[in-house]
Amino acid sequence: MIEETIRDITILPGRNRKGIQEAFLEIHIRPGDTLSIVGPTGSGKSAFINDIEIFANRDTVTGRQILVNGKLPPERYVRDPAAKPVALITQNTRCLCDLSVSDFLRMHLLSRGYMKESCIQETINLANQFTGEPITAHVRMTSLSGGQTRSLMVADAILISNTPIILLDEVENAGIFKEKVIEVLRQHHKALLFVTHDPLVSLLSDRRIVMQDGAVSKVIEPDGAEEHAIRQMLHMDGIIGRMREMIRAGELITQPVPVSW
Amino acid sequence: MKLVIIAGPPSAGKTAVTRQIIRIHPELKSAYLKIDVVCATEDEEIRNEFHIPAKKVYSGDLCPDHAGIMILDEAIEWAMTEGADMLIVESAGLCLRCTPYTTQSFGIVVLSAISGIQSPAKMAPMIALADIAVVTRIDLVSQAEKEVFREKIRGIRGDIDIVETNAVQGTGMRYLTRAIGEAPDIENPATITLRGIPPLGVCTVCIGKTNIGWKHHTGVLRQLDGDALMFRGD
Repeated sequence: MIEETIRDITILPGRNRKGIQEAFLEIHIRPGDTLSIVGPTGSGKSAFINDIEIFANRDTVTGRQILVNGKLPPERYVRDPAAKPVALITQNTRCLCDLSVSDFLRMHLLSRGYMKESCIQETINLANQFTGEPITAHVRMTSLSGGQTRSLMVADAILISNTPIILLDEVENAGIFKEKVIEVLRQHHKALLFVTHDPLVSLLSDRRIVMQDGAVSKVIEPDGAEEHAIRQMLHMDGIIGRMREMIRAGELITQPVPVSW
Repeated sequence: MKLVIIAGPPSAGKTAVTRQIIRIHPELKSAYLKIDVVCATEDEEIRNEFHIPAKKVYSGDLCPDHAGIMILDEAIEWAMTEGADMLIVESAGLCLRCTPYTTQSFGIVVLSAISGIQSPAKMAPMIALADIAVVTRIDLVSQAEKEVFREKIRGIRGDIDIVETNAVQGTGMRYLTRAIGEAPDIENPATITLRGIPPLGVCTVCIGKTNIGWKHHTGVLRQLDGDALMFRGD
């Protein structure tokens, strides 16, 4: 549905809550990039991705402007969700639509103007790589758990919306396999922006945007300098993940957990 | 003076949309009229918040959309006397069958994104004759639900302008602002007519008779079998 190839999204700076200009000249996002947005609660992380989602044109509280391929995006990108090159997965993990999973996905496919029946099962299969509790085609959307809904929405954004840019607001919250999500999104050559409090998700991103007082205060590009921290974090995350699975499975943990890292 | 008519089911966010319209059009002096059935406090809220002329009309035993039609000419006169540049009329939003929009006005239908995927079809007449559909509570649904809801509205009328918003925050309102800005003023109040024909509602239930069964009523009636309407009485 997107005629033009998205090569670059440019974020032009706005102002913080005191009216001072943000600490960057331009932020460029290209397909395959991963960025995490970090900072304390209330620092403006969600507002940052919302600006991208609605292609702010100096008309939001932050005063930022978003360009696509170096120019103002056509109105369709902003107004027609089916033409929009951006998908936002919010923290909301409830689906209000009381349809079966397959009917819901079919309806979404139709609204995007194409119908490939196999795409429905592919989307469910992909979602099942992100969640511990498998989703089946005939269950109702409203009876899915938070993690299942989030997993399905991520899979839907990749395969059905198929947008080049995906914004994820606190992906770690719903208890889904976040490394798997990052890996799959990279495979599909999507540009990814995570709003996150998770150290591992932050460290695995190519760039970190640090928010403070409603504005970007720093853009960090570690470029390999954090290798050691990443290894340490993966190790810890491995232990936490393993213990979580054991606890979920009803086991008694009497020994240090072995990890393969 | 511009005439803006806002319709939509109860609790869809009509008043939140009204507030945004008043807020983002400081260059236009607004007047506000709320039509409701038994209780409305919106006129007081709007008056206190924006210090603009605001009024309410209770329709009582009359269908609220019919009541709105009856008093619209006098309301335009009132707003003009108040020196308003824009009169915003907010309907009660009940039967979903009436379309309160008129000629020489800008018609807005307000729908809530969380009202269910079939709701656009249920209020088809309200959508079909509007100039713009404003979908509220968009922050509460997923991308996929947003797209599906939009298609459902387009299924009623393919060329309708759609604005998606979190009306409390005011996101996405820039396109509504523009459309209202471009809407023409009333040319001649005497020639304003309804865009659609409201349904017949003239039976003795309308005036407060409580018996059930068509045999107890006069006026325009119907029976269980068959869709045909019949008339009983003088």
